[in-house]
Amino acid sequence: MEYVIEMLNIRKEFGSFVANDNITLQLKKGEIHALLGENGAGKSTLMNVLFGLYQPEGGEIRVRGEKVNIANPNVANDLGIGMVHQHFMLVENFSVTENIVLGSEPTKFGVTNKKDAAKEVQALSEQYGLNVDPHAIIEDISVGMQQRVEILKTLYRGAEILIFDEPTASLTPQEIIELIQIMKRLIAEGKSIILITHKLKEIMDVSDRVTVIRKGQGVGTVTTSETNPNELASLMVGRQVEFKTEKGPASPNGEILDIKDLVVTDYRGVEKVKKLNLKVRKGEIVGIAGIDGNGQSELIEAITGLRKVKSGKVLIHGKDVTGLKPRKVTESGVGHIPQDRHKHGLVLDFPIGHNIALQTYYAQPISKSGIIDYNKINEKAAQIIKDFDVRTQGPHEPARALSGGNQQKAIIGREVDRNPELLIAALPTRGLDVGAIEFIHKRLIEQRDNGKAVLLISFELDEVMNVSDRIAVIHDGEIVDIVTPEETTEQELGLLMAGQSKNSKEQGVKKEGEDQHVE
Amino acid sequence: MSNRATNLLVPIISVLLGLLVGAIIMVVSGYSPIEGYVALWNGIFGDLYTIGETLRQITPYLLAGLAVAFAFRSGLFNIGVEGQLIVGWFAAAYVGVAVELPKIIHLPLALLAAVVAGALWGFVPGLLKAKFRVHEVIVTIMMNYIALHTTNALIRTVSGGGDRTESIFESASLRSEFFQNLTDFSRLHYGIFIALAMVAVMWFILEKTTLGFELKAVGFNQNASEYAGMNVNKNIILAMVISGAFAGLGGAMEALGTFEYVSSKGGFTGIGFDGIAVALLGMNTPLGVVFGASLFGSLKYGALNMPNEAGIPVEIVEIVIAVIIFFVASGYIIRLFLLRAANKKEAK
Repeated sequence: MEYVIEMLNIRKEFGSFVANDNITLQLKKGEIHALLGENGAGKSTLMNVLFGLYQPEGGEIRVRGEKVNIANPNVANDLGIGMVHQHFMLVENFSVTENIVLGSEPTKFGVTNKKDAAKEVQALSEQYGLNVDPHAIIEDISVGMQQRVEILKTLYRGAEILIFDEPTASLTPQEIIELIQIMKRLIAEGKSIILITHKLKEIMDVSDRVTVIRKGQGVGTVTTSETNPNELASLMVGRQVEFKTEKGPASPNGEILDIKDLVVTDYRGVEKVKKLNLKVRKGEIVGIAGIDGNGQSELIEAITGLRKVKSGKVLIHGKDVTGLKPRKVTESGVGHIPQDRHKHGLVLDFPIGHNIALQTYYAQPISKSGIIDYNKINEKAAQIIKDFDVRTQGPHEPARALSGGNQQKAIIGREVDRNPELLIAALPTRGLDVGAIEFIHKRLIEQRDNGKAVLLISFELDEVMNVSDRIAVIHDGEIVDIVTPEETTEQELGLLMAGQSKNSKEQGVKKEGEDQHVE
Repeated sequence: MSNRATNLLVPIISVLLGLLVGAIIMVVSGYSPIEGYVALWNGIFGDLYTIGETLRQITPYLLAGLAVAFAFRSGLFNIGVEGQLIVGWFAAAYVGVAVELPKIIHLPLALLAAVVAGALWGFVPGLLKAKFRVHEVIVTIMMNYIALHTTNALIRTVSGGGDRTESIFESASLRSEFFQNLTDFSRLHYGIFIALAMVAVMWFILEKTTLGFELKAVGFNQNASEYAGMNVNKNIILAMVISGAFAGLGGAMEALGTFEYVSSKGGFTGIGFDGIAVALLGMNTPLGVVFGASLFGSLKYGALNMPNEAGIPVEIVEIVIAVIIFFVASGYIIRLFLLRAANKKEAK
């Protein structure tokens, strides 16, 4: 059996913390090998060891059977290892070709030879079916295309082994399908691929074998065709995982949130929320389903006081909170898990303990007449860290150092612990692994069962279907329909989200037989 | 290597390297580095008088450093410490000469005038930043020029066309007979206590109050601060006002302690700009500023002795001092080397 890469019993420590403990990964030539693990399990560490960014404390790396010492990324490049990073490393206002040759520019008489470079890029692009225009400027092309430029970059440098780090995280469904085709083409051309991901579906679709790591330890390698998503999930998390969160029927009573004819504009003055009406009751989860950019962000920001309301009203518990400052809204009993945890949810350079106190630092019992008691902050933080299973070294660890899932758990802990009457959860599980998603869904349902209201905004249909009691479909700033998960299907939701109202669709079906009145 | 050992080793090695390169520069220029450094040492610690003067020099650096550091911690780059210090200097001196009052009222009043003047000079860029998102660097640089020329004009008016005001009344002075006797009549004054008290004040604000919590949060992430219900604009203005107040107080040190008057200036004092380096050397922490100001003040004052005692031209002296400070500031390079060495050792 021929292995192009063997990482044997790799161990990597950061101080007293063992990020990789005895992990073995063997990549066969011409296979797509998935590396699966939860957020923070040590996948990226392992790949950074392979790419020469970290030096391992133990174990050995063999490339094509020979033991090697990868001291830095240049060595990795020379060995034919290329990495397609999750966050692209591209110069936005350079052309595709310029980005690709950056650092190894071909020269003629000491002058960069862009023409030949562009030809070479074109040839590579055609060979692998990447369909990239060598002369396009990076900021003008789509995210999917930018990723292909990253792939071309590694190929241009002669990579035989490509590492894809969470490649689908920022892609649209269509782009994901295209990426999978590209990966298969790469394999057909004799390359080998390591795919880092926590998305089980992709692994089942594309990989040949899977190596699973859990909490820094190698769990084992399985052949994809001999396994299934359930087995992979339990290998990854270390226990059985429920994909569908169990919940009893809702027993809603009494209104908490009442939105009346709300109009919100974006910074250019364009109306993003148009005369929107929505009610949320105690003891229910209302999911807002919709395609990104249909007014969801503006709606939440208007409710929480982060954005000005043009007209209309927001009532919480019958009290008018329209246009109040964010703190006043918060104090009226609203919890808010923001859509972008790095931008709004956390002060990344603060310790996680400070972050947990971000909504309560100014009031009793933490503060008294303007003086903060940091002991109280840390006590409270320690309690939330424990209650919400935030994996961290303690309240003093910088928020930046936590994995995405644990950052999110800390935010949810902060918001849920205040026991708000209305919890607004915007994309609460974005980028998280199955274990964390399950945990967060349970917490949302728990809030509901305690008689609180939850407003869930999500772009993921199965999340909306799983968790919500009622689903409000938003399209172009309006709620086009409200349905229950029992009486709808993903297909119907998809149509509603695309702007086809239920009535017109039913009419359309009826009319089809009657006359030619259909569009 | 443990973290603590590295933290201790880095500044020591930096200073030694700076001295070494400074020595090479002196040798190349044909001067004796030993004589040069002996002169530097004597200029700082030579006798009681020089020690007193060194401490006197450190005092305004402390406050300028605090001013820059405080703004930095709130995410603002206050280049205007120079101007805030100049208006503080003038305001304190003006109150010092304009009236004569009992010391218990006069001195605090003069200090307060400096604080208010500096705070006002910080308020303007703070307000423009908060309301119109005008970058504070541009505004503060311009405010420096306004401060310089406005105070010069005011000094001429106050002094009836002269270049300096009268000396301030004794009742507004920080001068200390006790220190004078102790340090052989150096100009060391009680202001050093005020400066050190301000170090404690900055630490207290940042580490103990909700205001400090908010300022730091705004400094790191305005979006998250707004989400958490903080008034971002208020915090920006407040940060600049407090920063300006520290700087104004730095001016008062010169007005009420060192010189006891204010004279019209041909150019900037440089203290405010050096405050940027002081703050950065001290990594923007209150205690770090004490370290940075001590280093800066000592070297600046001690260097004055090098031309006299060792015959080294002022230009070479300035280069040597700059090199030393450069090495201290680039401590992270040394940190990197230490880390590499440690890694190599482990690898073996």
